[in-house]
Amino acid sequence: MERRQRVRRDAIGFHHGRLRLFALSIAVLVCLFSTWLAAGEIPLAERRSGYEFMSRETRAMQDDEATGPALFSLLDGEALWNRKEGPAGASCASCHGGGMKGVAARYPKVKSGRLLNLEQQINVCRTERQMAAPWAYESRELLALAAFVGRQSRGMPIDIQSDAATAPFLAAGRASFNRRQGQLNLSCAQCHDDNWGKRLAGSVIPQAHPTGYPIYRLEWEGAGSLSRRLRNCLTGIRAESPAYGAPELVELELFLMWRANGMRLETPAVRP
Amino acid sequence: MARVVVNAPARAKRGEVIEIRTLAGHAMETGFRRTQTGELIPRDIITQLVCTYNGVEVFRAELHPAMAANPLLSFTTVATESGTLEFKWSGDNGYAATQSASITVV
Amino acid sequence: MTSRRRFLGLIGGAFAAGEVAAQLDPNIQALRAAALEAAVRKITGGKPVRPGKVKLQVPPLVDNGNTVPLSVSVDSPMTSADHVKAIHVLTEKNPQPYVVSAFLGPRSGRASIATRARIADTGKVIAIAQLSDGSFWSDTVSVVVTLSACLEDGLI
Repeated sequence: MERRQRVRRDAIGFHHGRLRLFALSIAVLVCLFSTWLAAGEIPLAERRSGYEFMSRETRAMQDDEATGPALFSLLDGEALWNRKEGPAGASCASCHGGGMKGVAARYPKVKSGRLLNLEQQINVCRTERQMAAPWAYESRELLALAAFVGRQSRGMPIDIQSDAATAPFLAAGRASFNRRQGQLNLSCAQCHDDNWGKRLAGSVIPQAHPTGYPIYRLEWEGAGSLSRRLRNCLTGIRAESPAYGAPELVELELFLMWRANGMRLETPAVRP
Repeated sequence: MARVVVNAPARAKRGEVIEIRTLAGHAMETGFRRTQTGELIPRDIITQLVCTYNGVEVFRAELHPAMAANPLLSFTTVATESGTLEFKWSGDNGYAATQSASITVV
Repeated sequence: MTSRRRFLGLIGGAFAAGEVAAQLDPNIQALRAAALEAAVRKITGGKPVRPGKVKLQVPPLVDNGNTVPLSVSVDSPMTSADHVKAIHVLTEKNPQPYVVSAFLGPRSGRASIATRARIADTGKVIAIAQLSDGSFWSDTVSVVVTLSACLEDGLI
């Protein structure tokens, strides 16, 4: 037997030791790769929007822009876009006459060292440029204008850059996503990476891509931001909900949008 | 300012049955909800929509608390003559809204 | 509320065509069933309601009971001699039975309406059409309503 093996090895030039090393490296690489994947990234081909988990009728409400439930928010947003504000009487249109195409697909973003989501950017414009009072989080005005701005990127792929400035915020958001928290000791990943598509008490668990915010949520019978939705989830797993505008929420929003890179923006989406 | 939207064709052939879709911005508070401390939130809904076609009523609806927020109502009417479609919403606490749409019938 | 959610969790959100046992307190359910009967009697004046001619379209499994798209159409020529005078939509389990009453006529062209309703709980949705000849026709659909998995407000 020994002799046969030796002959075999000599004939083919096959080295058992090298094969073992090769197999081990592959195994290690696969493990590393899956760990990296398990850290929150669903491959682009497998990413599915919450839209796909809804019934035909609810999807029709999102597609019907003429009489869908999100219409009034958009109409309000358009009016606010053109409304003159502050001592200089400047409207959004005064500076952004060219429109906002592509903008919402790139938020949250780091501007001058601080991470801002779209709502916060709107308030920065209001306070620093229009010299007007900021709008409260979840106020009708802020949601309407965010919906109007978001609508102009509808259909465009989400495009969050992960450069050196964004990296620490993205890492913090990823850590939040993977961290077990609350009385139920659940992490976002456990439902939305590991169990999407399965049901939680009658509702289908989506992959949690924020492709359409601010959404019209049937449960709220109104519009709401991603922060509101995240706080809702956190309350659901009996964890502490950070206040609106808290860095943890915006970092998580950044991570979730990055995780949805390449998916088309649906703002304003309709969700159950 | 009460927000309402009407979707009706601007032109139609005589005798054609046209579809009209209406939407009113209203929370439609049912009167069955309670606050966190148990107090009943009073009802505040749109109760009626009337559509007239050159002054003649062609559609009327009575709405109840089981209508969803931002109530949508779609119905049909025969395009009989050119003129104006008038829509009037009325409801609790003196809610009133109107909208009109011109139609050219050929 | 918790027992209802547990129950829904048990049936795994499966569509059970109205055979799902009631989640409401039986006393409340009885009151609502009686209210529905009274509402139907008020509409028909006690005359019989026959199934047929009416087509009620509502999704059998509802994403969220707050906004349920539904449409009703009635097979009718809509002439002066033979038309639908009214379409009434009611539910079995809502706190009050009426959803909407639409009043049509020969000028409607077609007997067809669409709207979005609130349906509080799994049960029947009923559409009743009143014809110009004084007859009443109906269609009934059983709807399963799922609740949101997590409530927004925390425990008080």
